Amino acid sequence: MCLAVPGQVLSIEGEDALTRQGRVKFGGIVKQVNLAYVPEVAVGDYVLVHAGFAITIIDEPEALKTLAYLAEVEPEELS
Amino acid sequence: MKYIDEFRDAASVRRYADAIARITTRSWTMMEICGGQTHSIVRHGIDQLLPQGVNLLHGPGCPVCVTPTESIDAAIAIANTPGVIFCSFGDMLRVPGHRGSLLAAKARGADVRIVYSPLDALKIAQGTRDREVVFFAIGFETTAPATAMTVAQAARDGIENFSLLISHVLVPPAIEALLSAPDNQVQGFLAAGHVCTIMGYWEYEPIAQRFRVPIVVTGFEPLDLMQGIYLCIRQLEENRVEVENQYRRSVRRDGNRIAQQVMRRVFAVQSQRWRGIGEIAASGLGLSAEYARYDARTRFGPAEVHSEQPSECMAGLILRGLRKPTDCPAFATRCTPERPVGATMVSSEGACAAYYRYRRHDGTGAGVGLDMGRDASP
Repeated sequence: MCLAVPGQVLSIEGEDALTRQGRVKFGGIVKQVNLAYVPEVAVGDYVLVHAGFAITIIDEPEALKTLAYLAEVEPEELS
Repeated sequence: MKYIDEFRDAASVRRYADAIARITTRSWTMMEICGGQTHSIVRHGIDQLLPQGVNLLHGPGCPVCVTPTESIDAAIAIANTPGVIFCSFGDMLRVPGHRGSLLAAKARGADVRIVYSPLDALKIAQGTRDREVVFFAIGFETTAPATAMTVAQAARDGIENFSLLISHVLVPPAIEALLSAPDNQVQGFLAAGHVCTIMGYWEYEPIAQRFRVPIVVTGFEPLDLMQGIYLCIRQLEENRVEVENQYRRSVRRDGNRIAQQVMRRVFAVQSQRWRGIGEIAASGLGLSAEYARYDARTRFGPAEVHSEQPSECMAGLILRGLRKPTDCPAFATRCTPERPVGATMVSSEGACAAYYRYRRHDGTGAGVGLDMGRDASP
């Protein structure tokens, strides 16, 4: 139920705060998604989508930090 | 897929398994709150990569599982009302109420439709003004903003043939209820990443301190879960109590403030019954006075109330982390996803359904290994 899927915003349509929408690409699938909860979103951003709504913009630098975390705290692991 | 594949990298996950083994000196019991996390843990065999004595309990974060039977009964009664189009997430259809399920009602002729978003239900209402369209609004804080925005749109656009049967639940009161129970075994929590994407995690800070329990906001992919477990064990081993955020690419401390604003306008916090667990104060959402006219319970009248029937289902104990699905004598015999006795066998996020799918033929519970395939669909 709380599954949220990452997708890339291809286009943004509409000025209305409640119904602002965009086309979001998930792998090979493109869907219309409500963007009301991510007003600062720009074309090209990745968003997490749940039940037809983008709920957050994915923070790329933070994603990279998460991937690099273990190597930083336990550098001997890389050897 | 970007932001999925790299978080399923098997070599990184194994490196975390080694790191966890290195920092672990004794037994620890943690609970993942969210059913999505439970599904991922069982599917990918995350629990089997942990040192002996490190135990993951599966929490109550499966909305389908905790929706009270009374709400299912109300849903069936409304769906059976002539002229009604009843819309629901697909997971709810098989869940048994006291007398059958929505799926059985549909088979007998009720107009029950599966939707992916509450907005789909609103669209049906806009296109069918001569019918009453009812949406079964269930879910945690992740889903509540979708419901809230749909109600706000309905009100703004004057769509009055639309109403909602609401059974929204909140995580923090459930965590407090679990931690307050005399038989609580949980020493650390993995908090639900998408719930916290909406709500932030500031609410968890006083809970962590009051109960002296580390809480790590955690994502859903194998690497997220391993990192969340690593951070939680490190706190436990170092005798620290903090709220840490593993899922930083999605979660900020304050959450999504716009979503919270819309939720505050549309909903009012209320007491809520959880299936298998019971009543928890201030753990549910109903409609605020401004939007009360969209409440399907008042529009269609109260449903017949049935008393709780005795059942061999032990979902309540499973949802509180006191039993595992395989402890249940009905598991995979009298209770299967096709003929579920309890809701935890229905939803893909229910612990019983996850064990049925991935552990049923696995007597020892070992050797399932990493399944790095993908099942994500928007």
